[in-house]
Formats: sequence, structure tokens, C-alpha cells
Amino acid sequence: MKKFNEVAINKMETLIKELVEAYGPSGEEAAVRELIEEKIKDSVDRTFTDNLGNLFAIREGAAPLLMFSAHMDEIGVIVTHIDDNGFLRIAPIGGVAPHLLVGQRLSFKNGVTGTVYHEKIKALKELDWPKLYLDIGAAGAAAAREHIRIGDMACLHQPFVNLGGRYMAKAMDDRIGCAVLVEAARRLPGSLPQGVCFVFSVQEEVGLRGATTAAYRLEPDYGFAVDVTLVGDTPEAPLMAVSLGQGPAIKVKDRSVLCHPRVRELMIETAEKHKIPYQLEVLERGGTDAGAIHLSREGVPSGAISIPCRYVHSPSEMVDAGDVAHAVELIEKIIMVSWPLPDSGSGA
Amino acid sequence: MLLEKLSNLPGVSGNEKAVREAIIEQLQGHALEWQTDTLGNLLVRKKGSGSGSRRVMLAAHMDEVGLMVTSIEKSGHLKFRPVGGIDSRVLVSKRVRVGDDRIPGVIGSKAIHLQKPEERLKPFELDQLYIDIGARNKDEAEKHVQIGTYVSFDTACTPFGDGCLRGKAFDDRAGCAVLLELLLEKGGPAFDAAFTVQEEVGLRGARVASYTLQPQYALAVEATAAADTPDTEKERSATMLGSGPAISFMDRSIIVNREIFKGLIEAGEKAKIPFQFRRFTGGGTDAGAIALSREGVKAGVVAVPCRYIHSPCSVLKKSDLQHTVSLVRAWLEATA
Repeated sequence: MKKFNEVAINKMETLIKELVEAYGPSGEEAAVRELIEEKIKDSVDRTFTDNLGNLFAIREGAAPLLMFSAHMDEIGVIVTHIDDNGFLRIAPIGGVAPHLLVGQRLSFKNGVTGTVYHEKIKALKELDWPKLYLDIGAAGAAAAREHIRIGDMACLHQPFVNLGGRYMAKAMDDRIGCAVLVEAARRLPGSLPQGVCFVFSVQEEVGLRGATTAAYRLEPDYGFAVDVTLVGDTPEAPLMAVSLGQGPAIKVKDRSVLCHPRVRELMIETAEKHKIPYQLEVLERGGTDAGAIHLSREGVPSGAISIPCRYVHSPSEMVDAGDVAHAVELIEKIIMVSWPLPDSGSGA
Repeated sequence: MLLEKLSNLPGVSGNEKAVREAIIEQLQGHALEWQTDTLGNLLVRKKGSGSGSRRVMLAAHMDEVGLMVTSIEKSGHLKFRPVGGIDSRVLVSKRVRVGDDRIPGVIGSKAIHLQKPEERLKPFELDQLYIDIGARNKDEAEKHVQIGTYVSFDTACTPFGDGCLRGKAFDDRAGCAVLLELLLEKGGPAFDAAFTVQEEVGLRGARVASYTLQPQYALAVEATAAADTPDTEKERSATMLGSGPAISFMDRSIIVNREIFKGLIEAGEKAKIPFQFRRFTGGGTDAGAIALSREGVKAGVVAVPCRYIHSPCSVLKKSDLQHTVSLVRAWLEATA
């Protein structure tokens, strides 16, 4: 008899699985980029990659130009030292909590896998980066150096699991956003009311860096980040009015952006018109690519569509299948709205 | 030695004029074009001998950490605040130079005899320190100083020990010296050099310099913390003096472009130049600002290891400086 959470996966789930299981810490997004380019190229007019590694996938069209950005990078670690016994010392890439890594498996680009453990400690609060090391099973420094150099990066090693209506994996943040954009692009009709560029950005986790240069290059008229957001629906969770399964969240604000009211309103109107469930998101921590996009050049009216996600930046980030499907639908409908040409001086 | 001269000049962030003028003086008579911009960056173009088709930018910052006068007391003592990252515990009893006229001063505090027993247990905080310029009173002090006057450390750069130099502001006059040497030598690849301002207060100069130069590849040439002192465990020794230039893979401001990271390693290995990795991910450099300029720039960092950085007296090894010149040159030849 099948257990309740052993569920066969469909085409969209296969895409999500491939994306979340790919290797892609900030600055090393090539494998994810190649995968996405392969999946999206038949749905768009052209693709290209910039100096920092951002992937652009463009559907040409009349003005205005909409930019949708989902980031390809995930949190990880970087090797800072290889000791005489072949143990690796590591530093975080992005917001990684040291206690979440203990006992976890990490993988390098070349496939080398290891586990994180810690030196002798008296109390959990002593658990900090200098106490952690990564053991790749090397029997000494020379053996370790055959495979790993200082500066090499590793990310979590965890398979995608379909829990039956909910998905669990590492790097849902933000491969789920990437998957949503790839699927939305695939569903678009032959003729669009305006041009759209899907940007798969790099280095979001270390400070919205890819989106900064991507927005400069693209000069969009509107910007949308598609990313995960935190939820408040778990036991004793910090107060937050976003739950898994209640639909994608239309962002009001986070620490990087106050979403442009016209963008937000038009997204809400679109969701209501098409009876797509949605939630409103006020995120007190964290930022998204919208934070970088809206400050590009002369300013870009920007908003964000978020997929609610539990246990963000852990090895087991969890999202709801319905939220994912509704996010695809919402983005598809947002692209089919005729967006007004932004006129200067029409701020909030 | 060029670095000795540059190290002795005052150039606290926002007040880099003396350093800029000294560098321009060196440029005279060579086939170089240069301009300064609104913020005070000095941008120099070397046409070079090669047929390089890529625009490559090298950046080193002219500014150093220092102090600024924030009030003048009735007694003629000056209260101050740091400009850039300074550990206030290193300031007590240090000699300083105040303002463009380089008036001598000393950072004073309560003598040991006058301290209560409990006061001796804690380092002085900024509010307990003041600059003494030997003025009789406020009126006399005001003849020389006003609020906003810059203060720099008064340390004469001197060679000592086994090929070492001690002095102030090696961060980043060491980088400036490297760039100057590459600019002034005959031949070599074409590149743009940016001597930047206000790095220590947030990579500000590099941001606009890079916007102007629009490079495709960029390297920040820096001085970085060496932690090879007796009390440091090996796995926390960020860099070691005498082990050659430190190649960064990541810091707070940048994840170094992998192509540049590999290119530096290959250049070092091919030319048999000793190098090490900067085994530490804190701190920021001009490369961080340059990488995010316009449509994005592939950027990296090479640094001269330097002990006691951001203090009135730091230590570097001349061989590291020379190897940094060699490594950057080898990388340029392979890249430009």
C-alpha cells in the first residue's frame, strides 16, 4: 500500500524537481541557468546571459515592457581552509543558520559530497561558523585537495519530495519562482498586449546583486519579483498573516521595497477578476529582487508575487501545490492585462 | 620607495587631495592620459603596447581611515569621531596630524595615576578620548582647526626587519603603488587605472569611477588583514605575511567572478608567482561596487597581506608587494 505522501509526479512537478535538485549557490548558477534556458527557449523569442550571469528570456512586444525576476541562486557555503587532516572549514553564502547545517549533507559542483559537523561545544549557543567543519571523507589534506580547492562552493544535498499536495526540497527559494515563470511563459498565447522579459537572476541571496544589473540593462517599465515568502501558520510562529494553501501572496512591502500601489492594485484586480485566490503579504524581514529593480535608473514601479513557503533557508523548504498553480495562473493573467504606459510624475 | 612616500601623506576619506596630487606628479612625462571626476577619483588610461580589445580596469583606493574633529572644547581640546572602521582601543596616546597644515597633535586620555581601579579594567571609549594640539584654549585652537577638520595618523613609514615596512595607510596606498608601477613601466598591456576616493566609508568612489570607465573586467588591488600572529589558530589565519598576494573568492561586497578567480590562479601558477587565498569572507572592496556598475562587470580582488590594518601602524612585506605587481601584470597580459 502506498503511503499517503508517496505520490507520482506530473510534468510541472518534474520541472520543479529538476530545478530544486540542481547545484546553484550564489555566484555559481551556471547549471541552473542552462537547465532553465533549455526549458524556456521554445516559449520565448530570444534568450541571452549578461556579465554577472543573469539569464534573460524575452517575448518581444509593444511598450510597456514588463520584467519578471526570479532568482536562480540558493544559499550555501564556501571553503575557507583545508586542514592537515582533510577537514574543510566553511563560511556562509547568504543567510544560513549554522545549526541547520549540522548533520546535513552538502554537495560541490563536481559531485563531491560531505557532511557538516561541529567541534566540541558545551551549549548549543556556542554553535557558530568557526566551530563547524565539512567532512568529505578525505583521509588527509592531500586527498581533500585532489577534489576541493579553497573558494569552492557547496550547497545542500536533498531530494525533492512530493508530500501529496505539498512539496518539500532544498532551494525552493527561489527555484519555485523559476519554475513558475518557466511554466507561465509556456502557457502564454502567440500574441501579447506588451513585451515581457523573464529574468532569472543571480546572487539575490547576497544582496539582490543580479537584479541590480539586469534591471539597468533591461530598462523595464514595470518590475515584478517572483520569490518565496515566509508564513505564520506553523506552531508558535512569529505573527504573519500568510499561510500555505491560501493562494500566492501579492506583496505590500518587505525590507527592500514598498510595492508601487498601482502595480499592487492592478495585480489584485486581476486576481479578483479571474477568481484566483491570493493573500496580501507584509514581510518584516528579508527582501526581493523588486528592491533592486524599483531603484534602477530613474525608478521602476515594482511589485512582487510570492509563493508562501515554510522553513525558508532550511534543507526542507515546503510549498503548497495549489499556491504554485495559482501563482502561474496569476502571472499569466497579469501579463495579459494591458498595462498603461507609465507617465512620469505619477507616483503613489 | 614609492609606497613610503604615499604612506606618509594624509588622505582620510573625502580628503584625498594630497595623495591624488602625489600620484599625478608621478604620471607626468609618461604617455598617459588622465582626468579627475566630481568625487575626486583619478582615472588614468594606459594605451599599452598590446592590441588588447577588452576594457580592463584596475582600482586602488587613495583614502585611508582616520578621524574628524566634531567639537572644540573650552580647554582647546578637540573631540572627534572616526572616519571609516577604526577600533577605538588602538587610539590612546597616538600621534596625529590635524588639518591640511598637518598640525601635530596627540590623542590624550586620563593617565594611569588618575584612573580609579575599575577604570583600569576597561579600554577607553571614544567619548573619553580627545586630541591635544597644545592649544591654550578654544580661541587659540580655532585659529587652526574647525569642526569637520580631518585628522590622520602621524606615522613615518620605515623599513625594518626582514624586508618589512611599517607605516600607516598601507590600506590602500599599497594598491596605489602597485597600480603606479604598472602604469609607469614601459610596454605592457593597456588598462584603465582608477585611484578611487571614499572606499572606507562605503565603496563610494569606485561606484562612479566604474560608471564612467565602463570596464568589461575589473580588479581591485587592495591591502587585506593578515592574521598570522601567535594567538591565531591556523584555520582562522585570513592571510600570512610573506606568502604572496592574497586572491579573494568572496567578501561581504562580492562573490568574485569565477572566470577572474580562475584566471588569477592560472596566471600565478604559470608565471610561478607565489600567491595565497584570502581565507576569510568579511570586509568589502571596490570590486563590490564595480561589479554592480551599469550592466554588470566581471570583477575580482587581489590584496597585499598586511598586519594591524586600520591602525596607526601596520606592517607589510616588500616581497608581497612585488609579487602582487607580478601577479596583476600576468593576469592583465592574459586578460586584456
